[in-house]
Amino acid sequence: MTSFPGVSMSLRLPRVPSRLSRRLSARLVRPIAVAGVSLAGLTLAACGGDDVDPCAGVTGTCVPITAGASQTEIQTALIDVQPGSTIAFAAGTFSFTSDLSLDVDGVTIQGAGMDDTILSFAGQTSGGQGILVTADDFTIQDIGLEDSPGDLLKIEGADGVTIRRVRAEWTGGPMSSNGSYGLYPVQCSNVLIEGSKAIGASDAGIYVGQSDNIIIRDSVAESNVAGIEIENSTDADVHDNEAYHNTGGILVFNLPGLQVHNGARTRVFDNHSYDNDTENFAPAGNIVGKVPTGTGIAILAAHEVEIFGNTIENHASVNLGIISYSTTGLDFSDALYDPDPDTLYIHDNTFTGTSANPTGELGALLILAMSELQSPFMAVPDIAWDGVVPADKADPADPTKLMDALQICIQNNGDADFANLHWPNTEDPIASTDASDHDCTHDPLPEVVLE
Amino acid sequence: MSGRRVAWIGAALALGLAAAPGCGGGDDGGPAETCTVAGGAPGFDAAGPLCTKLSSYQLFDDIAAQAPADGVVPYDLNTPLFSDYATKYRFLYVPDGQTMAWDDVESFDLPVGAILVKTFAFLADRREPDGARDLIETRLMIHRADGWEPAAYLYDPDDQDATLAIAGATVDVAWIHDDGSPRTDAYGVPNKNQCKNCHEEHDDVVGPLGPKARHLNRPGPDGSGIDDQLAHLIDLGVLAGAPADPTTWPRAAVFDDPSTGTVEARARAWLDINCSHCHNPRGAARTSGLDLSLGQTDPYEYGVCKAPVAAGTGSGDRPYGIVPGDPDQSILVYRIESTDPAVRMPELGRNLVHEEGVAVIREWISSMSGGCATVAPPAR
Repeated sequence: MTSFPGVSMSLRLPRVPSRLSRRLSARLVRPIAVAGVSLAGLTLAACGGDDVDPCAGVTGTCVPITAGASQTEIQTALIDVQPGSTIAFAAGTFSFTSDLSLDVDGVTIQGAGMDDTILSFAGQTSGGQGILVTADDFTIQDIGLEDSPGDLLKIEGADGVTIRRVRAEWTGGPMSSNGSYGLYPVQCSNVLIEGSKAIGASDAGIYVGQSDNIIIRDSVAESNVAGIEIENSTDADVHDNEAYHNTGGILVFNLPGLQVHNGARTRVFDNHSYDNDTENFAPAGNIVGKVPTGTGIAILAAHEVEIFGNTIENHASVNLGIISYSTTGLDFSDALYDPDPDTLYIHDNTFTGTSANPTGELGALLILAMSELQSPFMAVPDIAWDGVVPADKADPADPTKLMDALQICIQNNGDADFANLHWPNTEDPIASTDASDHDCTHDPLPEVVLE
Repeated sequence: MSGRRVAWIGAALALGLAAAPGCGGGDDGGPAETCTVAGGAPGFDAAGPLCTKLSSYQLFDDIAAQAPADGVVPYDLNTPLFSDYATKYRFLYVPDGQTMAWDDVESFDLPVGAILVKTFAFLADRREPDGARDLIETRLMIHRADGWEPAAYLYDPDDQDATLAIAGATVDVAWIHDDGSPRTDAYGVPNKNQCKNCHEEHDDVVGPLGPKARHLNRPGPDGSGIDDQLAHLIDLGVLAGAPADPTTWPRAAVFDDPSTGTVEARARAWLDINCSHCHNPRGAARTSGLDLSLGQTDPYEYGVCKAPVAAGTGSGDRPYGIVPGDPDQSILVYRIESTDPAVRMPELGRNLVHEEGVAVIREWISSMSGGCATVAPPAR
């Protein structure tokens, strides 16, 4: 990682703006950036010869943020920026003591590369997130975001979000004092996250909640509690990502008590979820705190999920776990919420490794149930379902089985094995490894197309 | 005047950036700003930018004394938003001959041209409300034809005028607290986006928060001699459309005055003013599913046995928003008692804990019975 000692500036500015900031403000209103000759001279000293104009190559209005720009200057630029403009940061580290926010549509924030331009929130003393965006058609690219006490990048209520080659990282490694979410669009539409990295979040590294039309691809989630999480969302494609050293790799969840009551239609395909082995470090009370350390993919109360072409390997608790919200034991009072997963289609995946050390309350439940079949307990099969079947979803001929249209279909997963825990039945059937009820197919879900 | 230190100021930069065209008189004591209404009346130029100086709006006869001009009406709220123990002076200006329209629940509908004014000050000694004080900032909400525009003005050292601070500021303040102890704060003046974060109460539209019937239904500010604030506004011809029978007007409790309501009523009033501008079904915190509006009657919706969604470290290892009978297991209490920026609620507008407000919330939760389900997977 390139670093630029001395570039980071203290926030405590003198009352009169410096020569640099005056020049910056003069440039801010210029429609198209030209290589900043006078600024380059100033930048030289800080950046050791790197005199690239941050706006070089940008089409349209561009506001350059040069090395040494203060928080006040940057926040002012974010307030005054015209719709459709680009705010381009030079290489270097920019440090902040409060959050940044953007409420202007059509703005692109960009840097010189995810390891070259760093916005550091390590010294942040106010604001619930590093950056808060509440505007449509937002793009952020080629920039690194680090070490906020809360979420790093929260985007709320936006139609049109592109996060491209962005690194969101808590640099001290996994710690419960890290912020909750790295890349966090919520109640958004048409979300594209690609080529990005999220590291160290105490909840989810890449988290899209209560949104629709979502693509997360070619990205990396490492050392978070949840690597990638889709929550209460509809029409999501999660593909060609890598998730490793998280507590759980990829999660598709529906939670109660939200305005968007039930998400549907998520495709999780061609991902590599492996070695998710970081001990769960989420603060208790959070739903991801329940994810057993060593989970490849987890499905909680989700509907219409197609999981295919993934390689899922080396998880101490379970490669692919499927549970009802009722199995978490959490209270809820939401008449519109459906706590039980259904209509899953799990096919053509590769599972490897042995899940012999399940952890946490749900891990204990896995051990308890599997001990009914194995004495002593040896391992959890690749795919484990708690087996909760509510009466209104049951096969009329067999109340322990989902009706065909809502079945969990499992096909062509090599030598993957399976368990239905039949939780919390106290009479037969108790846990079973018989997958014959699940030898079925659903129609493939449609590809997500962003508007 | 007590001492203070302005740590950093965005005002100077804002002059160059935000107020560029049309407001050219602000530099170096030049001619009066073009944003000023001619003839000395309060108001602003509808087509112009924000004035760079508070005095240009002609809202005060004496700014340092906070003595309003004719037509600028002081008012007070039953339970105010907590802002780090700042003392606040509120005024509203409605253009002559116009009125604001009554609403039972939402903010009154103020006409274009109206200005809401709120000055934040720190008393040198909170036990002496008429003693020395330091004016920090005055926030304006200006109602333009295309919507409300917020602005914060940071006071000059002599308190004679204040200057636009688009990017906000941090001001170190010190005072003697109610209990006689010395206190300090790095008080935050909001930047323009932060103004909007709170004032976008519904549907991302900026609007007023305070002037609601339930908040204004009370006597006027101390010393104003106004017994009934709403009746006074009606008498002035500023407020129209109120129901004829004053006993039907809604009234929020005063959080620290048991004569105004039960502990539940006072706790809910405190949550209403401090939280519901975001925590309502059309507000910024709608994504949490937690609704702390006074009008919400479903306990689950206001947090009782409601599991957190995206609280992260804000959960404090506690299972539910409110656990009846157990404030120490309630996330809501954890968050209003915290000063950690990742945890504290509200996110904006305070660094310090509102000890008196927290005490009421604790008393309310302690008084509830029932508890919540123990969090554990159901047994075989």
